[in-house]
Amino acid sequence: MSYILDQEQLDGLEEALTTDLMTLGIQSVILIDMAGNVIVNLDNGKVSHDVYSLAALAAGNFGAVNAMASIIGEEEFSLLFHKGKSENINFTKILDDFLLVSIFGNDVSLGYLRLKIDDVIKKIKVLIDPKRLK
Amino acid sequence: MSFINTKTKEVQVKVVFVGPGRGGKTTNLEYIFSRIRHRIQSDMVSIKTQGDRTLFFDFLPFELGAIKGYQVKTQLYTVPGQVKYNATRKLVLKGVDGIVFVADSAVDRRENNIRSFENLRENLGFYDIDLTTIPLVFQYNKRDLATQGIPILDVNTLESDLNAQLKAPSFTASALTGDNVIPTVKKAIAITMVATRDKLL
Repeated sequence: MSYILDQEQLDGLEEALTTDLMTLGIQSVILIDMAGNVIVNLDNGKVSHDVYSLAALAAGNFGAVNAMASIIGEEEFSLLFHKGKSENINFTKILDDFLLVSIFGNDVSLGYLRLKIDDVIKKIKVLIDPKRLK
Repeated sequence: MSFINTKTKEVQVKVVFVGPGRGGKTTNLEYIFSRIRHRIQSDMVSIKTQGDRTLFFDFLPFELGAIKGYQVKTQLYTVPGQVKYNATRKLVLKGVDGIVFVADSAVDRRENNIRSFENLRENLGFYDIDLTTIPLVFQYNKRDLATQGIPILDVNTLESDLNAQLKAPSFTASALTGDNVIPTVKKAIAITMVATRDKLL
């Protein structure tokens, strides 16, 4: 699959991610595809991650976890979370080909973040509906 | 899965180095990294076993410059070559836009090249990608072995084993010395960009 996102779609994605997730005080959020391409990258201005390497590893990691799911008879693990000492990372699959990566500190409630991620995913699905992709 | 970002005027493409284990795929990427590290911000990422074999992939992102006003971001990957790592090899091929097949020129690696190429065909088939349509470049690596008295396959044999039907561009190379590494990757990116442009623009 190859695809183009236009200005309106990308503006909509940035707005939704900013309004629903960045305002919670999370460190950064990256929307990627399963090939490891970076679609939207937002941060709080205090970090400078190697986003492209992070995206490649996140896509690979998610792919590996799904392959494990299939071995044990699960269709997929649609949600993946890694806890660190001060920073945590949450992965959520969107449709078949996209992944939302949220990086956040211990001051953000994981439960609340997941609720907000559910909200933003509904908006993202409309914006990157496969019927709208070229 | 090439992606065109019309807002940032950016194209992202994924080129994967495949081929038999110990054939020089990682050495290719390491050589490219050594040539461009002064002008890229990222490090090369490698997920290796304790024995230094590629376990999952190596990854090297870099910017190629602009084509028609769009900045081209190329993501180079390698896959593990060992037969037993097929599950991870298949994962890395997801969304591939272009391929470099790194064949080992040593005479005793001939069967490994052929088996690896058949495995590539099967893995691409899993994603409904046809070997005859995806941009592909062959690299006949380790030509330097001849200088050490190790018998190597002649180019006609390699072509007839791997490239008889596809007639894809091919290069003899030595990833260890860097000979023809850059021309190989340049050609792979060029034909991948042409295919991407044809598909998307």
